[in-house]
Amino acid sequence: MTMRSVSTTGPKILEVTDLKTVFGTRDGAVHAVNGVSFHLREGELLGIVGESGSGKSVTMMSLLKLVPMPPAEITSGRVMFSARDLLSLSPGELRKVRGGEIGFIFQDPMTSLNPVFTVGFQLMEPLRKHMGLSKAEAREKAASLLALVGIPSPADRLDDFPHQFSGGMRQRVMIAIALACDPKLLIADEPTTALDVTIQAQILELVRDLRRELGMSMIWITHDLGVVAGIADRVAVMYGGLIVEHAAVEDLYANPKHPYTHALLQTLPSLDSERAEKLQSISGQPPSLDAEPTSCPFAPRCEFAFERCFRENPAIRSTNGGWAEDRVSHDVACWWDIEKGAPRDDD
Amino acid sequence: MTTDTLNQPGARDETTPLMRVENLKMHFPIHAGIFRRQVGTIKAVDGITFDIKRGETLGLVGESGCGKSTAGRVMLRLYEATEGRILLDGVDIARLKGEPLRKIRPRMQMVFQDPHASLNPRMTVGSIIAEPLDEHGLLKGAEREERVEELLDAVGLNPAFTNRYPHEFSGGQRQRIGIARAFALNPEFIVCDEPIAALDVSIQAQVVNLLEDLQARFGLTYLFISHDLSMVRHIADRVAVMYLGKIVELASRQDLYGAPKHPYTQALLSAVPIPNPAVEATREHIVLKGDLPSPANPPAGCNFCTRCPIATDLCRVEDPEWREIEPGRHVACHYAE
Repeated sequence: MTMRSVSTTGPKILEVTDLKTVFGTRDGAVHAVNGVSFHLREGELLGIVGESGSGKSVTMMSLLKLVPMPPAEITSGRVMFSARDLLSLSPGELRKVRGGEIGFIFQDPMTSLNPVFTVGFQLMEPLRKHMGLSKAEAREKAASLLALVGIPSPADRLDDFPHQFSGGMRQRVMIAIALACDPKLLIADEPTTALDVTIQAQILELVRDLRRELGMSMIWITHDLGVVAGIADRVAVMYGGLIVEHAAVEDLYANPKHPYTHALLQTLPSLDSERAEKLQSISGQPPSLDAEPTSCPFAPRCEFAFERCFRENPAIRSTNGGWAEDRVSHDVACWWDIEKGAPRDDD
Repeated sequence: MTTDTLNQPGARDETTPLMRVENLKMHFPIHAGIFRRQVGTIKAVDGITFDIKRGETLGLVGESGCGKSTAGRVMLRLYEATEGRILLDGVDIARLKGEPLRKIRPRMQMVFQDPHASLNPRMTVGSIIAEPLDEHGLLKGAEREERVEELLDAVGLNPAFTNRYPHEFSGGQRQRIGIARAFALNPEFIVCDEPIAALDVSIQAQVVNLLEDLQARFGLTYLFISHDLSMVRHIADRVAVMYLGKIVELASRQDLYGAPKHPYTQALLSAVPIPNPAVEATREHIVLKGDLPSPANPPAGCNFCTRCPIATDLCRVEDPEWREIEPGRHVACHYAE
């Protein structure tokens, strides 16, 4: 593998601005996504990292209105994809985008395939719906897709049911379905979390190959900082429904600037360097999300928090002069400047 | 915690391992057809042998379905072993029944994987933690209350929480409750079955630090079952790697992570993504072909021969012997040198 180079000039295929999603529950509102903005350029892989409840999955589901509405409501935001705002499309138009122009891979390969239909049927369904192929053409294409994701004797396996596949194989089938209509964008929500490490390694290898061959644009949601390090070009870290840090992958790991990212990287026990006597831990619990944040959501757990952090929520802003021809903006939402060891100096 | 010795019989010999299993097997029958006849067996644990020394942490790693949880449960006599011996302090407990078995139960406890499923939602935290005390009739009344509060305090929860219910706590806090319950009877040996797998990264470190603190304070012995190789590297003194019901390699932490001998251990370690893009960019991954074979029908010869990158004809015929290649370093592979 070579060092990745991040495209800073290619056309943007996705631009999300100020996305907010609120769930109305019996016990009051849950503000899952609180104003998330990001974009993706052609051929890029953007990693979205966060813990459970950080809003990473809800953000991606909201892009295609895959969150159940109600109880969920997308209260603000724009999602520009192919010069259209996905949030203002009619249900019919949106159905064409889902599985057609945008493919989705879900976390659990055991539950996201329908157990009563053959794998071939589930692969051919989007091909016939979105691409208007005949049954015979769809079958041929389905077999070639299974071959692409590395399933042996693909033509025979089309008539098998999901339970006849192992977990790793099912995830390959899910990837094949997501790739079926040559999507411009592939969104993968924790696609390897339910898999064992050796099987995860196979899937990661497959994704690397597919990106090389097809030049796919991808968003990869995960809680695993190790997985992201190996495949992403850029990384956004989410906490409490907000993107708290964003940078090129090497930059983020070498030089984390948000105290949360910093602490998260410290808590991971390492496989290859000196073993620490005691693990660093982040005290406290993730925020409850019962209201839109009015202060920094990480402040109660932050070792650098000072008075302003409890009063105002910091907006995300660039720390390296923003985007440029040869530079990815390194954005942080924090009042503290971790490098200087002092509050940040502007405003 | 008090250091009562109620359940610790006899004089201890410091040289006997606290726990030793010899050729332990756990086979589950497969029944099929309308007469539910036995048509086969799942060899979940198929002949494992190892020691756990007093005060140490043995890490048991492997992928799902390799039998690591079953191994932990058989050692605690939660299943009836099919074959083999389980020696607690030199006494074979594999065939104990009735009262003698109940007597040894307090000496070994378990921390479960899923803190949402392992606590009864209808019981208060106080009654969950006190249940082992009630069951073994050790403490009553005020003493019992005191002990519960002491335990809550020891695991870093507010003792005033005794009357709350599990749903009022987060995952990490629930896992602390499960740990307090496991500690209630002053056990010597604790099986931690994936205690952090269901927790978020930022909470995992809190729970692991708690387990280490408690071990240092009370001189406990752990079997730490996990699929997280980096966490096991942190917590374990020695590590056993399991594949398809057998242990393929057992060595000290330094040896196992520094120079793994078994091809499966090598592949497993190389498959773990390292959170450092600079390292990941140049690292060679050994990607294993295929999937784990079914434990109902393991391959002939070496269990790993279907996926092994260096397998030869010998491996497909002869099961490699479990041998000590260096002092304290065991491996089951024909080509370990």
